[in-house]
Amino acid sequence: MFEVLSNEILAPNLHRMVVMAPRIASARKPGQFVIVRADRGEERIPLTIGDADQAAGTVSLFIQAIGASTQRIVSTPAGGHLRDVAGPLGMPTHIGQWGRVACLGGGVGTAVLYPLARALAEAGNRVTTIIGGRSDRYIILADELAAFSERLLVTTEDGSLGRQGFVTLELAKLIADPEHRPSAVFAIGPVPMMKAVAELTRPHGIETVVSLNPIMIDGTGMCGGCRVVIGGEAKFACVDGPEFDGHQVDFDSLKDRLTMYQGHEERARHAATDCRLKEVANG
Amino acid sequence: MANDLTIQERLAIGRVHMPELAPEIRSRNFEEVNRGLGREEAVREARRCIQCKHRPCVDGCPVGVSIPEFLDALAAENLPEAARILQGDNALPAVCGRVCPQESQCEAKCVRGVKGEPVAIGYLERFVADWAMGNAAELPKSALPPASGKRVAVVGCGPAGLTAAGELARQGHAVTIFEALHDTGGVLRYGIPEFRLPKEIIDVEVARLLDVGVTIECNVIVGKTMTIHQLRDQFDALFIANGAGLPTMLNIPGENLKGVYSANEFLTRVNLMEAGRNPDSATPIIQGRQVAVIGGGNTAMDCVRTARRLGAERALIVYRRSEAEMPARVEEIKHTKEEGVEFAMLTAPLEIVGDWEGWVTALRCQKMELGPPDESGRRKPIAVAGSEYDIPVGVVVNAVGTRANPLLTATAPDLELNQWGNIAVDAGGATSIAGAFAGGDIVRGGATVILAMGDGKRAAAAINGYLGGEA
Repeated sequence: MFEVLSNEILAPNLHRMVVMAPRIASARKPGQFVIVRADRGEERIPLTIGDADQAAGTVSLFIQAIGASTQRIVSTPAGGHLRDVAGPLGMPTHIGQWGRVACLGGGVGTAVLYPLARALAEAGNRVTTIIGGRSDRYIILADELAAFSERLLVTTEDGSLGRQGFVTLELAKLIADPEHRPSAVFAIGPVPMMKAVAELTRPHGIETVVSLNPIMIDGTGMCGGCRVVIGGEAKFACVDGPEFDGHQVDFDSLKDRLTMYQGHEERARHAATDCRLKEVANG
Repeated sequence: MANDLTIQERLAIGRVHMPELAPEIRSRNFEEVNRGLGREEAVREARRCIQCKHRPCVDGCPVGVSIPEFLDALAAENLPEAARILQGDNALPAVCGRVCPQESQCEAKCVRGVKGEPVAIGYLERFVADWAMGNAAELPKSALPPASGKRVAVVGCGPAGLTAAGELARQGHAVTIFEALHDTGGVLRYGIPEFRLPKEIIDVEVARLLDVGVTIECNVIVGKTMTIHQLRDQFDALFIANGAGLPTMLNIPGENLKGVYSANEFLTRVNLMEAGRNPDSATPIIQGRQVAVIGGGNTAMDCVRTARRLGAERALIVYRRSEAEMPARVEEIKHTKEEGVEFAMLTAPLEIVGDWEGWVTALRCQKMELGPPDESGRRKPIAVAGSEYDIPVGVVVNAVGTRANPLLTATAPDLELNQWGNIAVDAGGATSIAGAFAGGDIVRGGATVILAMGDGKRAAAAINGYLGGEA
């Protein structure tokens, strides 16, 4: 059992939870993730480790509550326990010295980006961070990212905060400006966003790293469910990734595989709503 | 005494039949197929053993169970004694009695099999083990030796790890098992379906280990959460038995379509996560109406029978050689056929075909014919030109095998591997790291439960010797 020390809401459906897991806290490196199961019967959910405090033995996790099992995780209050937390899994981010780098986060991807961007800054890279979301309510971690970024740019689809549009808009401007042109780009967010970033940097030959979040079970390479096509070859995101060369990723097949259980998720949601309606009717 | 039968009297008894659930019922639920023998049947079967002097059956058993002795006790209806002998030699008898390929091991060597049918040793092992589970109070409590003061870490809670842990604990060592998944049993739990090995059997066997003082920590991935060298520093010796676990891809077009599973993923979803068999499970699975499983081993049979139980109207085994070359146990093949599974033999998959939304619609195959024997000694399948055809299916399961998982070995560069990435060991299971031993599928590649257990038993003896006890 893993004790939850805090649980706060950062944005609609997005929680930050601090969990006691001393072994993981001391082993983890930026870019790695854990697999969490709130309780018996729940799915195993891969979650990026946002941060860790070795001395306190804690890790912070960012969870977007989109399905039944992620709902169950975020509904665990401070003082409560998660049944299973296993990790750290995946390959750590390669933290090189590029000089100027751009770090792009979309929606909950910004949470995944945060530890990576910080590690890049700590390694001496000059980091420009661009984060985007549907509206100002979905812009997260702006202060935390601003603390180490040389520049922090914000875009929203509705223009409620920062520039209206997508993160690629700001990235295109950076690339066009010889003063700010990055030598490497890290992009983490929804599949269409990462694909758009990769297409934008490809003609310029700018190294582009993306972090993939396919459907996963064990997280140790045993099941192969998280396979993604990288440069025409099957790779397992859990052991070979989750970060890959964005110019080699087959985003279309990834996007397609992510819809495999959509019908199931919808049924689960309907079932949950149905139960609540019955409770209300019977209540 | 009832056991004083003459050889002639023993020879006159015919081999018992295992009662089974009817195929039309069992192929729609996850209940155990083999129901187990009754006491009378078991005792009669045990009396078929002629107690021959040279005991070839024991040589056929990878863990060297004292088979004639436990059969003799059973024949004399001394069940506590039969259980004592069996449990002393075999850490997981209720498991082995269900999943061992007896027909190629102990029973293959039984002298009664020379003219007629061998003694049903597997059924009797299961009977005695199940009896012991239900009658733990009647078993003599064997006292544990004094604590040796030595600590041993076991990596992996599958058959090899469980066996080694039991043996080492009974030598007085303090044993901790580290398991990567959230539950115990390894392949026994995630791989072997409920209808062959009920999960409660694993729970009882694991509880017996906890009883002798073994500690089990789940959610620890050695190689990630802790390295081999960290463990080596904290413990006096290690036994690495983390399994094979990395599916071999088919490398044919269409492998990333929705509805294509590796056997490991398909079975893990259903067995470990309880998808499709427990309405309270949150884990989903695609329940195809038509399902093709590629492969001819026990895992392929487990997958195709699971697919039937998940509701498949048509389920087939697609195998590129003929039935004679199939590595699956005879009983599994028989059960699979009885459950209405079609066998497409001498058939090789060429491509998985999908629709515009990325869902599987068919498996494109090619007929094969057998040529001269290949390096494995089996006749090599050769493609028949122009024989391509499509089998309409919604789910394809790849059960062609697994490779060594580099997750642990990648973090210990001084751990010597062979050319396939499996850990290199000597006869006692010692690796290139002093005090670190290994066994099971991480050493053998994909093998059987009982061979992994044999490794666990041998390594435990070697570890005991290494720690200064008697080897």
